[in-house]
Amino acid sequence: MADTATTLTNAAMREQVRAGEGVWGFSRSQLVGVLALVAFILVAPFVLYPVFVMKLLCFALFACAFNLLIGYVGLLSFGHAAYFGMGAYITGYVAKAWGVTPVLAIIMGGVVAAAMGVVGGWIAIRRQGIYFAMITLALAQMVYFFCVQAPFTGGEDGIQAIPRGSFLGIVDLSNDMTMYWFTAAIFLAGFLLIHRIIHSPFGQVLKAIRENEPRATSLGYRTDDFKLMAFILSAGLAGIAGATKSLVFGIATLTDVHWAMSGEVVLMTLVGGLGTVFGPVVGAAVIVTMQNYLAEMGAWVTVIQGAIFVACVLAFRRGIVGEIANLLKVKL
Amino acid sequence: MDEIFGIPAPLLFGQLLLGLINGAFYAMLSLGLAVIFGLLNIINFAHGAQFMMGAFAAWMLLEWAGLGYWWALLLAPIIVGFTGVVMERLMISRLYKLDHLYGLLLTFGLALIIEGIFRNEFGSSGMPYRIPPELAGAWDLGFMFLPVYRGWVVIAALILCLATWLLIEKTRLGAYLRAATENAALVQAFGVNVPRMVTLTYGAGVALAAIGGVLAAPIYSVNPQMGTNLIIVVFAVVVIGGMGSILGSIVTGFGLGIVEGLTKVFWPEASATVIFVIMAIVLLARPAGLFGRA
Repeated sequence: MADTATTLTNAAMREQVRAGEGVWGFSRSQLVGVLALVAFILVAPFVLYPVFVMKLLCFALFACAFNLLIGYVGLLSFGHAAYFGMGAYITGYVAKAWGVTPVLAIIMGGVVAAAMGVVGGWIAIRRQGIYFAMITLALAQMVYFFCVQAPFTGGEDGIQAIPRGSFLGIVDLSNDMTMYWFTAAIFLAGFLLIHRIIHSPFGQVLKAIRENEPRATSLGYRTDDFKLMAFILSAGLAGIAGATKSLVFGIATLTDVHWAMSGEVVLMTLVGGLGTVFGPVVGAAVIVTMQNYLAEMGAWVTVIQGAIFVACVLAFRRGIVGEIANLLKVKL
Repeated sequence: MDEIFGIPAPLLFGQLLLGLINGAFYAMLSLGLAVIFGLLNIINFAHGAQFMMGAFAAWMLLEWAGLGYWWALLLAPIIVGFTGVVMERLMISRLYKLDHLYGLLLTFGLALIIEGIFRNEFGSSGMPYRIPPELAGAWDLGFMFLPVYRGWVVIAALILCLATWLLIEKTRLGAYLRAATENAALVQAFGVNVPRMVTLTYGAGVALAAIGGVLAAPIYSVNPQMGTNLIIVVFAVVVIGGMGSILGSIVTGFGLGIVEGLTKVFWPEASATVIFVIMAIVLLARPAGLFGRA
């Protein structure tokens, strides 16, 4: 990932020198992007089907959480479905079986996913590069088999008819519009949190590790601690994305923990642009929209996704947002 | 000999045999992955799909051309290996100067395409492939019945693995290969056509996967998903063994197959996850893998 990363960092540095630190650490061009994103979120439910936009936002948050690892630490996790899916299962289970309120249920889903991230990250960061990808994939497959057998996941049926409940006991979320604002708030909070993490001193160290890990070590940083922390944050946020998705659709199934889901989030981030702030959101929008329109084509969706993978890797490594940023010479 | 550790002997030996057969496939596939990784520095995610293509090639040769098992064993690796050569020339060769992760992403995409096309053509349910008449029946070993075909798979896999090992460690061609793995530029300076060697190595690794697929066709039903689930386990096998040693990946493959078989006897619920648990333990104790170089 070094080539895109380096060009981006150079562009980023130039941009920061020119525009100063901007508002909340957003550069001027990014601020335009954030405003466009907020405008989209405000208008979308009146133009598009709200449930579709909620799905899009959940996957966008998932892809942003994944991008925190690949884009800013240079670690390719091929097993993020484990955290997304387990977040969905936990939230679905506590909301349905214990009647936990939605906010608490989502927090519990995120916390369990983050706890799994502690273990998974601790094991996986022992190796780098290609091995890291294989290890995360294998660990996620272990979680998948666990979910097939564990009693609380409902096996092949999954957990169905998960109640959305009501927000703080006042606002009924079973209405799609109120659920939409709830989901949008979670997405924006997650998006801003990730942005804050990237622009903190902690995030600067992460980027240093991505660019040159031995040098970061020689400067006195315990790189393993930073990598583990980034992994936990990424896993927890992926869990929250899955948790929210389970409340939106009322189901949590084996699809959420399957390796194909891990592949999908890689694809979304790759299409949008690795290591860009808006790339994962755009990528998620493209892939979710595509799945929506091609749903009746069955296995051809897999073929098309594979073809997009191949095209992106061969000809289009910056992704949509990366290409735009390069064209306009701004940081997005 | 009726019971061993309170387990009926036929069950124990039956699962051991199944474990040995799974181990044979782990060994063959991880060997191919290791050979490809050694020279190309990419992890071939399409390896499982190519294993599946081998099985389908055998099925198609029989159904459409009337060519039986032995012809398939010869032709399927050539056909599938050739598709591998084309893929390497057209696509994979463009990525050698980039981060290795792009190779993984590209081959993952190719695996999706191949699997999707086969699922469209043949559906998700499996196709039966008859055991060749020469290898039908079973031997009575006194303590259990050994189906001849299953014994053949284990022996064929062992021969194949050892032949690959001999080729790489003991021949001149293998010496070039090992030298190019260490320093490709230097070997090229000596007049060896390294890009052609890289292409042929990828083709050979793919052919190895295809032979595995032909061997597997009569045991498992021939279906589009047969490779992908297997390849994830093989990734764990590769992480456990480390990709530094050819012999190491053979031993690890067979060993883990047997461990999995035994787990199926003593703790059936854990049999699907045991290899991943072993992977985690090995990573904690020896991050480079059992036979790997740090």
